[in-house]
Amino acid sequence: MRVPLSWLREYVDLPETETGRDVQAKLISAGLEVETVEQLGADLKGPLVVGQVATIEELTEFKKPIRFCTVDVGQANGTGEPQEIICGARNFAVGDKVVVALPGAVLPGDFQIAERKTYGRMSRGMICSSDELNMGDDGTKGIIVLPPETEIGKDAVELLELVDEVLDIAVTPDRGYCLSLRGVARETAIAYGLPLRDPALIDVPAPNAYGYPVQISDPTGCDRFTARTVTGLSAEARSPIWLQRRLQKVGMRPISLAVDVTNYVMMELGQPLHAYDRGLVQGTIGVRRAEAGEKLTTLDGVERTLDAEDLVITDDRGPIGLAGVMGGANTEIADHEDVENATADVVIEAAHFDAVSIARTARRHKLSSEASRRFERGVDPQAAAAAAQRTVDLLVLLAGGTAEAGVTEVVAPSAPRTLTIPADHPDKVAGVAYGRETVVRRLQEIGCDVYGQDELIVTVPSWRPDITDPNDLAEEVIRLEGYENLPSTLPKPPAGLGLTDRQRLHRRVGRALAGAGYVEALNYPFICEQVFDQLGLEKDDPARRVVKLSNPLSDEEPALRTSLLPGLLTALRRNDGRGSHDLALFETGLVFHPREEQRIAAVLPVDRRPTDEELAELNAALPEQPRHAAVVLAGAREQAGWWGKGRPADWADAIEAARSVAREAGAELVIRKGQYGPWHPGRCAELAVTVDGAERVVGHAGELHPRVVKALGLPARTCAMEIDLDAVETAGDATVTAPRISAFPVATQDVALVVDAFVPAADVEAALRDGAGELLESIRLFDVYENAEQLGEGRKSLAYALRFRASDRTLTVDEASAARDAAVALAGERVGAELRS
Amino acid sequence: MSAPNKSYDPVEVETLKPEEIERMRDEALAAFAAADSLEALHEAKVAQTGPTSPLALANREIGALPPHAKAEAGKRVGQARGAVNKALAARQTELEAERDARVLVEEAVDVTLPYDRVPPGARHPLTTMMERVADVFVAMGYEIAEGPEAEAEWFNFDALNFLPDHPARQMQDTFFVQGPKGTDESGSGVVLRTHTSPVQARALLDRELPVYIVCPGRVFRTDELDATHTPVFHQIELLAVDEGLTMADLKGTLDHMVQALFGADMKTRLRPNYFPFTEPSAEMDMLCYVCKGESIGNPDRPCRTCSSEGWIELGGCGMVNPRVLTACGVDPEKYSGFAFGFGIERMLMFRHNVEDMRDMVEGDVRFTRPFGMEI
Repeated sequence: MRVPLSWLREYVDLPETETGRDVQAKLISAGLEVETVEQLGADLKGPLVVGQVATIEELTEFKKPIRFCTVDVGQANGTGEPQEIICGARNFAVGDKVVVALPGAVLPGDFQIAERKTYGRMSRGMICSSDELNMGDDGTKGIIVLPPETEIGKDAVELLELVDEVLDIAVTPDRGYCLSLRGVARETAIAYGLPLRDPALIDVPAPNAYGYPVQISDPTGCDRFTARTVTGLSAEARSPIWLQRRLQKVGMRPISLAVDVTNYVMMELGQPLHAYDRGLVQGTIGVRRAEAGEKLTTLDGVERTLDAEDLVITDDRGPIGLAGVMGGANTEIADHEDVENATADVVIEAAHFDAVSIARTARRHKLSSEASRRFERGVDPQAAAAAAQRTVDLLVLLAGGTAEAGVTEVVAPSAPRTLTIPADHPDKVAGVAYGRETVVRRLQEIGCDVYGQDELIVTVPSWRPDITDPNDLAEEVIRLEGYENLPSTLPKPPAGLGLTDRQRLHRRVGRALAGAGYVEALNYPFICEQVFDQLGLEKDDPARRVVKLSNPLSDEEPALRTSLLPGLLTALRRNDGRGSHDLALFETGLVFHPREEQRIAAVLPVDRRPTDEELAELNAALPEQPRHAAVVLAGAREQAGWWGKGRPADWADAIEAARSVAREAGAELVIRKGQYGPWHPGRCAELAVTVDGAERVVGHAGELHPRVVKALGLPARTCAMEIDLDAVETAGDATVTAPRISAFPVATQDVALVVDAFVPAADVEAALRDGAGELLESIRLFDVYENAEQLGEGRKSLAYALRFRASDRTLTVDEASAARDAAVALAGERVGAELRS
Repeated sequence: MSAPNKSYDPVEVETLKPEEIERMRDEALAAFAAADSLEALHEAKVAQTGPTSPLALANREIGALPPHAKAEAGKRVGQARGAVNKALAARQTELEAERDARVLVEEAVDVTLPYDRVPPGARHPLTTMMERVADVFVAMGYEIAEGPEAEAEWFNFDALNFLPDHPARQMQDTFFVQGPKGTDESGSGVVLRTHTSPVQARALLDRELPVYIVCPGRVFRTDELDATHTPVFHQIELLAVDEGLTMADLKGTLDHMVQALFGADMKTRLRPNYFPFTEPSAEMDMLCYVCKGESIGNPDRPCRTCSSEGWIELGGCGMVNPRVLTACGVDPEKYSGFAFGFGIERMLMFRHNVEDMRDMVEGDVRFTRPFGMEI
């Protein structure tokens, strides 16, 4: 809502010295978000005067038509001689009154006017357009042509009210009444402790039976309809300058007198109005719900198919307006250029419609208008009659019309809203002892009637439909007493339990991966389903079942991720493209899986706690959203440098990242050869944990498939790991049992075993472990060796260091050797291992 | 039993004469002093203290002396040998020290060599910023609550008093999840949460009263990515519901938070605003932590951080609307509460001079690395 300070002063006697910024500060503190104060005409300097075009000479020798004019500016130029001016615009004629900037004037944008030679003539000034004066849209984009009665030589800065301040207020949805000068003036008056001249307090004739007939068949949708008729509007009448200027300053375009007046009154009182050309309305005006499929062409020229919930205004033919949103084209007031068919008689509608109904219609038809914005946020129903009267008065005054005596007013009976609150309720909400007197005074200031002592019976003013609850009243008191005056106290929460295990794990995993050199990336969860083809997933892969958005930002990415890899790999590629080639990225975040059977999440009641069953059902309708952890790597894992060679990132780094995650979770991770979509079939580990006695695959790690690398344009040999962090957490055991530390000496035995190349090292190690028995303290693979000549084709040698120790004695060499032999024997039995000779 | 040594030969004991022993001692001391390396000293040691050294030989002669002369000669030789051993040890220590000093110099390295063998990793500053804010409240006794990102409309809106046709609900720029039948908006009853506030309702439904929680998390709105907007961003939400909580408590809690994050002389300011789930509602600003408000109306001291406004807008807050308490089964007659929420991106932007939202979104390692593990 744009509020010109000059207009605001009409209702509140603000001190002369008060600037727009002063008012802004006061209103912000009262809860109106005044975003800016526009300084109109701040960079404007006269002389800017009214002139009358005396002669026009058309100059045709130039690329575009140019006029050499003489303009009578009276004595404003000091000589009384006509002023010679070159002008490129053509929308004026000899005898027209125009605005002339004389030499010495400075127009907005530091545009200095001086005598100068142009197009072969001397130009001593400029004939101004509304754009050049920064006046806002007047619909012409051309030279301002003033009404003929305007006095020659008059100061145009004053005439056009070019110097002003305009407050731009972002009105919150609860303060519909502030979408009017009346409402903002009320807040200003309270903020300054000054009286308000309420523009709605005007004499209104009593309704009678001779008004334009109106029939309301849906009193819930429309609980009030006032109709007035004005006849004999002059076809030549134009909106006076002051009215046009006020509309421009609030951001509206002057159109025609009748339309301008209804807009003006809407801005003044907040009541949307509609003017029908009476000659085009046939029979009784009605208000009803539309029939599904009915058609209506609205003022914006769009033919709309109506819904059965839409509230419409009708005449004998059918719909003539979308109630409270936009009028119909078929009863539109004629354009003022069209004098032949000018509208002579109008019917004025000032009605009150149901906020929800208007909101739905506006949304359904994607048609938000000045009227619908106000009805959605609540319009003062009691102001309808005054608004109609004000419109009638202005049309009579400005267009020479005659007000008909008939006054139609259809009103569904309703009582004002009354709330009862303890007098100290605002005190309890604020934590401040305001006292009853202050509470009552503040509530009266906003327009409430207040009775009672300890219990206050508060009748809410008709323009405040947002006040429905005791806390709404508390807020009014507290904001007017000043939020800035609230004291600062600290509550004492009960002792908390700190972070949960899951939360701690989440942080720990982040630190562990960052500690290992990974950089965290937080990627958008939006994906394109084609990425599953690029990742090489099977057609029936469960990860292809996605949750989709009905209004994605991009039609390319309508789905939610089921894996962190698409996002991470995109970030990897972006980094690589920007010149960072040695990359290790990680992310932890939620992925989304649709339920087996997708149900609709119900809208539960809000007047009570939902039952546990209702909540369980609601939660079961949400997608499953486990938290995953993932890493991607490319380039060098270790850089080359003065210390020696570097090392490229490889499959083992990716698997180590999985180990690192499992270690943080205290979960035992099973790593075995796997084969899954995005990964190189020979370099993919399947990751599994045991949850409740059952083993569960929780992820994969390794080098990506060359086809995937190519399809996604990734650096060669990009590696990746992804794991279900929630599952790993479930498998984890946070409680470590302390090992018994033996002080007896260690006995070390090395063995080199030869096995078939395809035998997994993990199986060999497991066999050694099991075979070695309790004396084994640790085992470590320190060498892997393949050499066909020495070992035979398809064979490999694995060298292990075994450390034996007993808790109660020094082991003899024989004991250690016996344990080692047992280990080797079991490895021989299980995986065909032979001691390397 | 041997008879007394009668065959005493004065010639053979020449070596035990005092002058002779002194000479041997001095010769040894000179040899040690002359040794300029540990190897040379070792040779001198063998020559001067070994079994064939003059003093060792002299020592052997003592037995041949008549009893009355034995004691004196023994003493003389013993003293000489003692002096020699002492000198040897001293020289040994001296030469070892010299050698050590030389070796350590030879082993010196250039400690300014860079070492970026494995470049350091880092956590995203949005993550660590959320943790930092959350930890301020965890220290006060609050617990961290979580909720799903794909959330029921009921939790995201209805339970929070966003009525179905209220303009506030339309202003949220919501992502809707497709229903079972396809693209119909709101057909599924599920949205991507537009704020972390649904966790308020979840916490009230799940937990015993009183409830003191914070909820950091990801939220979603249908804004295109540009320098100041992103469709996916992060918020932190706070909720306190207890008996007798007031707006003054809200103010105090906010003051404490900005003091913990920005310094002891910080404070907040509340301005009336509207949110469906709080009543009264307020916009919260914090004093500009850079200029401390001194840039207001002071053209000589402009402040980039707050654009010389003196205050930085943080987010929304207010007293929990009793309707929210009712929808969550909490008796609003007995309990009251306060809540606030604000954007982490914004805080990161003004706290660390991030100029472009895209830097926080694109995952460029050059942006994230300098933030390290904590913020």
